[in-house]
Amino acid sequence: MTTVLRRYPVLIALCIGALFMVVPFAIVAVNAVKSPTEYAQNGPLSLPEGLYLDGIKDFWERVDFGRKLVNSVLISGAVAVLAVVLSVLNAYAIGIGRIKGRTWVLAFFVLANMLPQEALVYPIYYLSKEAGLYDTRLSVIIVFTVIQAAFGTYLLSSVLGQFPREILEAARIDGATKWQVLWRIVVPVSRPTLGVLLVFFFIWTWNEFLLPLVMLISNDNQTVSVALGVLQGQRLMDATMTNAAALLGTLPAIVFFLVFQRTLTRGIAVGAVK
Amino acid sequence: MTVTVERGARTVGKGPAVRPPRRPGSSYALFLLPGALAFLTVIVVPFLMNTGVSFTDWQGVGSPEWSGLANYRELFDDSEFWASFRHSLFMVVAMAAVPTAIGLVLAAALFDYVGKHFGGKVAAVLRACFYLPQVLPIAVAGIVWSWILAPENGSLNEVLKAVGLSSWQQDWLGDPDIALYSVMGVMVWVQLGFPLVIFMAGLQRVDPQLHEAAELDGAGWWRRFWHITLPQIRPEIYVVLTWCTIAALKVFGAVYVLTKGGPGGATNVPSYFSFTTFFEKTQVGYGAAISTVLTVIILALSLIGLKLQTRAEDAEEGARA
Repeated sequence: MTTVLRRYPVLIALCIGALFMVVPFAIVAVNAVKSPTEYAQNGPLSLPEGLYLDGIKDFWERVDFGRKLVNSVLISGAVAVLAVVLSVLNAYAIGIGRIKGRTWVLAFFVLANMLPQEALVYPIYYLSKEAGLYDTRLSVIIVFTVIQAAFGTYLLSSVLGQFPREILEAARIDGATKWQVLWRIVVPVSRPTLGVLLVFFFIWTWNEFLLPLVMLISNDNQTVSVALGVLQGQRLMDATMTNAAALLGTLPAIVFFLVFQRTLTRGIAVGAVK
Repeated sequence: MTVTVERGARTVGKGPAVRPPRRPGSSYALFLLPGALAFLTVIVVPFLMNTGVSFTDWQGVGSPEWSGLANYRELFDDSEFWASFRHSLFMVVAMAAVPTAIGLVLAAALFDYVGKHFGGKVAAVLRACFYLPQVLPIAVAGIVWSWILAPENGSLNEVLKAVGLSSWQQDWLGDPDIALYSVMGVMVWVQLGFPLVIFMAGLQRVDPQLHEAAELDGAGWWRRFWHITLPQIRPEIYVVLTWCTIAALKVFGAVYVLTKGGPGGATNVPSYFSFTTFFEKTQVGYGAAISTVLTVIILALSLIGLKLQTRAEDAEEGARA
């Protein structure tokens, strides 16, 4: 009996901790719908008197937020798909093909993933200028496809290394080429893992900051993260607009989170054990 | 799964029935070709260029002039550089050590108490709350917190005033003595969810009988946590510590958005330092030297982390056998 009673303080402590984690989101949401006068009078902690949406509307128009959303979706989506394809090709050669020297090839990919982007950023900036790709969304897509594929190759190689050999043998006896085995057997069977990677690559690319900040300087090409970060860096915004910006930046993340929560936690578990 | 295989087998079954036996592993290398080429262009060449440039005195225009180890010698005497690395150590505490420690206790509490006695749903909701900041772009987290920590009308100061602790009010991000600790606090908030989720996944591996037996022997929660839970999820702890330490050494976005390295360099970190050296001061050679040193440190730590991890896994397998 006493042990049951002792469990409630733990639950309550955990709930307070969880509350502390989500409170910042709540005050942002509350203040994003206050008018500047209301904010000036009552401060950040009062509940809003009404629903004032002009701050959000003003901010949306001022930074052309729709355009930034399109850019972010386009870049993250393209990177996610391309990086999964590249990872599958690499991992097929390493995990199933068991090519010679695969340990070294794999070590190479792992190291490439751990390199700080700071050690790549200036040459990439310089080379993309030389190639006429500077300030294009394509340049960011190419770079992140490769960076994300490094992690994907690492993870998928160990998954495909344990792929049931009987299935592969059966297909081979039936005369399937390697290309056919890859697309008709390996990819469909590995679909759950590929889904996890797709979600991760999308969100990671969405949240990237340094390289997009350097590569995408014109307003028309910027992503959501870069646009918000640059605005904040300039400290041009008033409180209402700051909150509008924070709310609009948070909403997509919350949507991803709710939609992909299972995939995310499962994916982290997969990544951690391997 | 079987359905897919049958479908695949049927379609490809139309090919020639007999084929010469293939040498295993020969043409698989072709599949690696696109990846290898892309890697060469986007990672290997830029990395080698960066390392090369670090031995030159280059301003980003004209041809670079070889200067040998001059940049590195200059770095050695540069107090700004040493300060940025000292701040990195603070970031390692805030992003790796503290979240791992808190994450362990939280994960064990959620798993042992909440999951078992209040249901998995409650545990999942709480876990989601702690994980939420992890999905937020760092730029957005920066906006949220720089407003909360603002000196005037900032929520934190308002809260302190409301509970009668006005004397505790601070210019959280503008005071050189406090700014680094404020950034550390924000990073703990950002980072906490990652170890928590991994540890909760790891705890599912732990055999519940171990805990039951220890409980019957009269071991309290802390003792069981210390002697059973911790050793059992050691591999996860190594993974988390390695990943988070690397992330802490690379931290850029948070510093850019929260403080821009200020006030007066109080929150400068190597990645932000190299960024400003590249793009604001256009001392490309010097910036390349900073990022090269950072790379060496990160790669060394990664290798140590991987080593510890494999050793822990070997030890675990040895114990099981």
